[in-house]
Amino acid sequence: MRFVDEFRDAEKARVLSARIAALCEPGRHYKFMEVCGGHTHTIYKHGLEDYLPETVSLVHGPGCPVCVIPMGRLDDAIAIAEQPDVIMTTFGDMMRVPGGRGSFYDANAAGADIRMVYSPLDSLKIARANPDKRVVFMAIGFETTAPSTAMTVLRAAAEKLDNFSIFCNHVTIIPAIKAILDSPDLRLDGFIGPGHVSTVIGCRPYEFIAREHGKPLVCAGFEPLDILQSVFMLMTQLAQRRCEVENQYARVVPWHGNPKALRVIGQTMALRPYFEWRGLGFIAQSALQVRDEYAAHDAERIFSVPGVRVADPKACQCGEVLKGVLKPWECKVFGTACTPETPIGTCMVSSEGACAAYYNFGRFTRDRVKEATRS
Amino acid sequence: MSTSDLGMPRQATWAEEAVREAEAESPHTRAEGLLAGSSIGREHKTREQQVLERIDRARARKPRVKEPRITLAHGAGGKATHNLIDAIFLEAFRNPELERMSDAAALTVGDTRLAFTTDSYVVSPLFFPGGDIGELAVNGTVNDLAVSGARPLVISAGFILEEGFPTDDLRRIVASMASAAAAAGVRIVTGDTKVVQRGKGDGCYINTAGIGVRERPVELDAANARPGDAILVSGPIGDHGITVMLARGELDIAADIVSDTAPLHEISAALLDAVPDTRLLRDATRGGVATILNEVAVVSRAAVVLDEAAVPVRPEVQGACELLGIDPLYVACEGRFVAVVPARDAEAALTALHRHPLGEGAAVVGRVVEDPPGLVLLKTTFGGTRIVDMLVGDPLPRIC
Repeated sequence: MRFVDEFRDAEKARVLSARIAALCEPGRHYKFMEVCGGHTHTIYKHGLEDYLPETVSLVHGPGCPVCVIPMGRLDDAIAIAEQPDVIMTTFGDMMRVPGGRGSFYDANAAGADIRMVYSPLDSLKIARANPDKRVVFMAIGFETTAPSTAMTVLRAAAEKLDNFSIFCNHVTIIPAIKAILDSPDLRLDGFIGPGHVSTVIGCRPYEFIAREHGKPLVCAGFEPLDILQSVFMLMTQLAQRRCEVENQYARVVPWHGNPKALRVIGQTMALRPYFEWRGLGFIAQSALQVRDEYAAHDAERIFSVPGVRVADPKACQCGEVLKGVLKPWECKVFGTACTPETPIGTCMVSSEGACAAYYNFGRFTRDRVKEATRS
Repeated sequence: MSTSDLGMPRQATWAEEAVREAEAESPHTRAEGLLAGSSIGREHKTREQQVLERIDRARARKPRVKEPRITLAHGAGGKATHNLIDAIFLEAFRNPELERMSDAAALTVGDTRLAFTTDSYVVSPLFFPGGDIGELAVNGTVNDLAVSGARPLVISAGFILEEGFPTDDLRRIVASMASAAAAAGVRIVTGDTKVVQRGKGDGCYINTAGIGVRERPVELDAANARPGDAILVSGPIGDHGITVMLARGELDIAADIVSDTAPLHEISAALLDAVPDTRLLRDATRGGVATILNEVAVVSRAAVVLDEAAVPVRPEVQGACELLGIDPLYVACEGRFVAVVPARDAEAALTALHRHPLGEGAAVVGRVVEDPPGLVLLKTTFGGTRIVDMLVGDPLPRIC
């Protein structure tokens, strides 16, 4: 298939793999974090780690939008969905995320009207078609999805669709990366930077990571060769004793980002003073809320939202996994109490979550898999 | 955000309970947890191995349905469906025929070997490119009999209609059932009709049951798969699931694909004529090829290795899957089967399939190997490897 096959070429991968191996200094171990859940998914889907030397390991970061939603926020969303005449709409990944009292699926089975949509604009359609209902869109995601939510709010305001609102859970990537950089457990050699987020914010916001923390970062695309090339670029920087922000995904990511997208976000949303992240706790100025001008479309002001806070289960080590301190399988409940069909932590819910990706795609030791697939 | 955010957090009691249960059932968990952090280098690997074994033990546990209510995931054909069937239906109805959990029950009445099966159809929309619910309802039951090695004889048709459903639509559906039955050489010999109040159904649901006669001396069973066996699919996969998904019009994607719904009685007979030692045939409906191969791996206690590059997928289906983030291996077909045959018969099987119009796109897609038992591994086109597990969740609801 065009625009896909050329980024999955096994021959090119072998060449890159050899060049990465040639850059490894003897006795040194390299640890890179891919910030974005989309990268984690690509790495497992294509079996990319087979191309990396054993001394190069990838650590899965906090950039999965579903994985960072705390249980209390989901309980709040279900509380909204249970109010009279409400249709809650959400992306499919959210349906199975467990809250303190169950998931959207469970709430649906108990009588709430919660529907899956592929775009916030689909929620608008539902609002237009159901003028006697109150339609709420559960908005989640980083800067990647915030512009489409913002455009939807603007459209709703322009059309005076008073029965449409958003339950805003948009978060921003930089504070999360800062939280990881400030973690005392950090032992990373560099970052594979998020590709889609960077199409909106550009590469400049990452410059402090190289400048102040001495870690190189390469913004990467989502095809397997993109990621392999990014690892090569990071290794090259380390070999040349450079520490910079580089853009591997230049075919999509402009260095200065997308000013129009940033403008619509700024027009409709403002930073919250603080927001709770699953596993990472409260982080200041790390999330967005609807601006006063669009209060008519802000579910948090229209409905009484209980503001529930649910403690992460004691056994759940999502936080350590999100920060890259633990490998998924090192978590105490991985694969026993916490599985993709009965997830306790959100890392196990979304296919982009580090634990689900590991469980589904990498659950067996490399040696045995290699032996089995030898032709 | 309200001030209660800063108050004492609540507990997620269900999660704490799940952890307690898992620890009680698998006492090693706690000890392994305590070891975390103390392991280095090689010990790490052994510990990873321990964790993997722990998972296998957890997976081998008796399935239970913990949810207080049925959710859509229970109907998706993946793990939740299997749990529901094992823990609720099989538990209550247990008998040797049902325990085999095949597409059709194998029965013997006097000297006659029969196959008996049933299936319900709730597809939305009722009409889609390449077919409709009526054709699906006939072909689905014909195929369950065909892949059991039986010659389909007769089927039943039960209708649940919603008040207000257009009679003309019903006529269309019934006409296509009649022509599908004629094409498959079966007669619809009994039926039932119920009408429910407006809003209590979605237009038209159909249930069909079918009886076939097992004239061949073959015993098709997933447990028969042996290391070395070849795995084939009878044509490009995923056409039906993606067609229905797009036909709903919820996604602004248009593609030139039609459902693959078709009766498989001829092509399966052709294969069984050419390769009487065929181990297993399964039609790749809900849960797709991946789900069938997982069953093969688990039941035969062997591993299945698939070659992604060899799996036939139409570019339109591949493209839609890329956009939707779905793996075609999990997408349903309604006119394709998976066959497991001894390695020496792989060529003969492929030739037999290629000779039939429904099998033009047939291909050998993988093989059975000894280790690691119970797993499906995929060699990716990119050159890596990964595990293909059973489907979790519900990417494509109500496609059949």
